[in-house]
Amino acid sequence: MKDFLESLGKKVEDALLTAGRIGIIFGQVCHLAFTPPFKLRNIFRQMEFVGVNSLFIVLLTGSFTGMVLAMQSYIALNKFGAESLVGTTVALSMTRELGPVLTGLMVTGRAGSAMATELGTMRVSEQIDALYTMAINPVKYLIVPRVIAGVLMLPILVIVADLVGIAGGYLIGVNMLDINSGVYMARTEEYLQMSDIFNGLIKAAVFGLLISLSACYQGFNAKGGAEGVGKCTTQAVVMGSVMVLISDFLLTTFMF
Amino acid sequence: MIKIRDLKKSFKTKIVLDGVNLDIEKGKITVIIGRSGEGKSVFIKHIIGLIKPDSGHIYLDDKDIVSLSESEHSSILKRFGMLFQGAALFDSMTVAENVGFPLREHTGLSSKDILTTVKEKLRRVGLVGIEDLMPAELSGGMKKRVGLARAIIMDPEVVIFDEPTTGLDPVMSANIGELMLDTQKALKTTYIAITHDIALTFRVADYVAMLHEGRIIAEGTVEEIKNNPNPILQQFLTGSTKGPLQVT
Repeated sequence: MKDFLESLGKKVEDALLTAGRIGIIFGQVCHLAFTPPFKLRNIFRQMEFVGVNSLFIVLLTGSFTGMVLAMQSYIALNKFGAESLVGTTVALSMTRELGPVLTGLMVTGRAGSAMATELGTMRVSEQIDALYTMAINPVKYLIVPRVIAGVLMLPILVIVADLVGIAGGYLIGVNMLDINSGVYMARTEEYLQMSDIFNGLIKAAVFGLLISLSACYQGFNAKGGAEGVGKCTTQAVVMGSVMVLISDFLLTTFMF
Repeated sequence: MIKIRDLKKSFKTKIVLDGVNLDIEKGKITVIIGRSGEGKSVFIKHIIGLIKPDSGHIYLDDKDIVSLSESEHSSILKRFGMLFQGAALFDSMTVAENVGFPLREHTGLSSKDILTTVKEKLRRVGLVGIEDLMPAELSGGMKKRVGLARAIIMDPEVVIFDEPTTGLDPVMSANIGELMLDTQKALKTTYIAITHDIALTFRVADYVAMLHEGRIIAEGTVEEIKNNPNPILQQFLTGSTKGPLQVT
């Protein structure tokens, strides 16, 4: 029992330390993001990496999720004779919940892991130290562009995921489930509010911040050789995914 | 030029530097020797500010750089260049982009002027026509030389070398030694190197200091070091397995 409590205490202590360190990096990022010189080229390069390069996987995830959602919700709604609400269900689920969360998880797996690997490799091969010795702040040069890219690109990716998800739901609803096209669209427009979309986009921006911060933190703190880099990549994906899910709950509770 | 006084550093319970005192003369090559794991890298990382000491002082031209603020230290760093053990070239950049990186970040020079300076520095380290190669395409010796070109691109007052010949064959090691001598003579720069390469030490050093168990146990010119009777120093210089230094 004593051992269990000790190990639990250690885990809590580690978690608090990590949270504190990420908080410090976040503070530095906030300060340095508004401190000249501004390296727009670096930011655009990261935006391309996080956003444009994630587009295909987001299109795929969004469209299939929308299609599955249409089929699954049809089964439930059909029992109450409310098939016409399939479009509404798909649109609300995509914009409020599945679009942001699934996009967040996909970006964590694709871009978050790559960020952690790149920075981890730079750490263990002393490239980050080299930046410092050249009087270049590594946080400003490496972390700030990635965090800005995460915060800006996640909402754009979520808009794409929402659109293709709704389109996927429409295709299945109208062509496979024989729901009248006009009714499908009318119900969707009737119940989908701008606030639903905005709530999803706020979530997306927060997810972008958390994913990029946790990936950069893990990469910056990589130790050892190839094993250390592999470990930091795994931890970045686990931490990013967990942060997306927990913050999703908190934000949903707050914006409910 | 650089005075180190009573520098101490511990990591958890392990004492790495236990009161290091050393004077590094301007315009000379000072080589710090010592066994692996004796804290040589930790020591030079203190000089450039990558690690903060637990106590002690590092004076650069009589100014204590340990207590400087981040922005003050940033301006001090522009007076330093560093060649890392693995060269630490940026994987995503070409050789020219690597070498010209400090110029691009800290000066308003045009791309054309930066490339001209890059080519001149690469020529100085014996490399021509490799500007567009990526670091992954270079041999170990070429990486070190590109790293040296990058370290001297801003014409720093002090260049620090972390194990400059580790992993290189004897001919390439000798070549790096000659490059150190040539560039130091041409640029009149202060060079500080840490190494356990005795041949390199005797080839390039104006002044040698041996770090052992967190302290400088012997120092002097090459001749003085060769004639120093300290048994630890002599065992290290001769590479004997018999003596006070134990293999653990």
